[in-house]
Amino acid sequence: MVVSASDDEVDRLFHALADTTRRDILQRCIGGEPSVSRLADLYPMSFAAVQKHVAVLERAGLVTKERRGREQLVHTDGDAVTRARTVLDELEAAWRGRVDRMADLLGERRR
Amino acid sequence: MTVVTVEKDYESLSLIMLAEFDAPLERVWELWADPRQLERWWGPPTHPSTVVTHDLAVGGEVTYFMTDPDGRRSHGRWRVTSVDPPRALAFTDGFADPDGTLRPGTPRTEVRVQLAEHDGGTRMDLRFTFESGAHMEQLDRLGAFDVFPQSVGQMDAVIHAS
Repeated sequence: MVVSASDDEVDRLFHALADTTRRDILQRCIGGEPSVSRLADLYPMSFAAVQKHVAVLERAGLVTKERRGREQLVHTDGDAVTRARTVLDELEAAWRGRVDRMADLLGERRR
Repeated sequence: MTVVTVEKDYESLSLIMLAEFDAPLERVWELWADPRQLERWWGPPTHPSTVVTHDLAVGGEVTYFMTDPDGRRSHGRWRVTSVDPPRALAFTDGFADPDGTLRPGTPRTEVRVQLAEHDGGTRMDLRFTFESGAHMEQLDRLGAFDVFPQSVGQMDAVIHAS
């Protein structure tokens, strides 16, 4: 199987996406370009805690931070989102294969 | 085609797949419930699977390994979280050591299977969600996708050749 992301990258990606808050942050960044302080208002946690979540997403290459005036804006990195897609596309391909083999065992020979 | 629809949510890394079979529900269930049948479809032809232990009870485990073309084995384990034969099964699939112990920090996939009679056959509803272990950073090597089939196209070719 050809995987476009290295193992380390996949590790960081899984870790980053394993948390509900981080997934939510990522979703908001896909839809816009929120600042860290705006994100901090949205969750029942400290500014520092939100900053840590953003840092994990950043290390996974999913988002980048950009300072604009007094604000730190967070936006998504297209390539990393593509890697997340790859992970899911591979899961899909794996299970399409499995379902096809199940059909084969059930004696189906369609098409 | 057997696979009817696929829905993917890239942000939460979840996937829903619906498939239909021209076979009775109990027969489709056997593909999950009988380890000898399970191992015939779980691994792709390039990485045939061997089911070592198989206990489809809540808290029970299914342990297996897949063998790559060089003879190397990669081990995996299900932990069954709910079961309602012959209609529903949910388990967490993860990477394991050769003795079946789940490797800490490795990613897991939550799998939910539901079977229902449909149009004289069986509809299978599969839902997957990726989970991550707590110590992902400490993981030295993942090798997560070595065992996955190359592509649907190649799978079709295999099926037609058989």
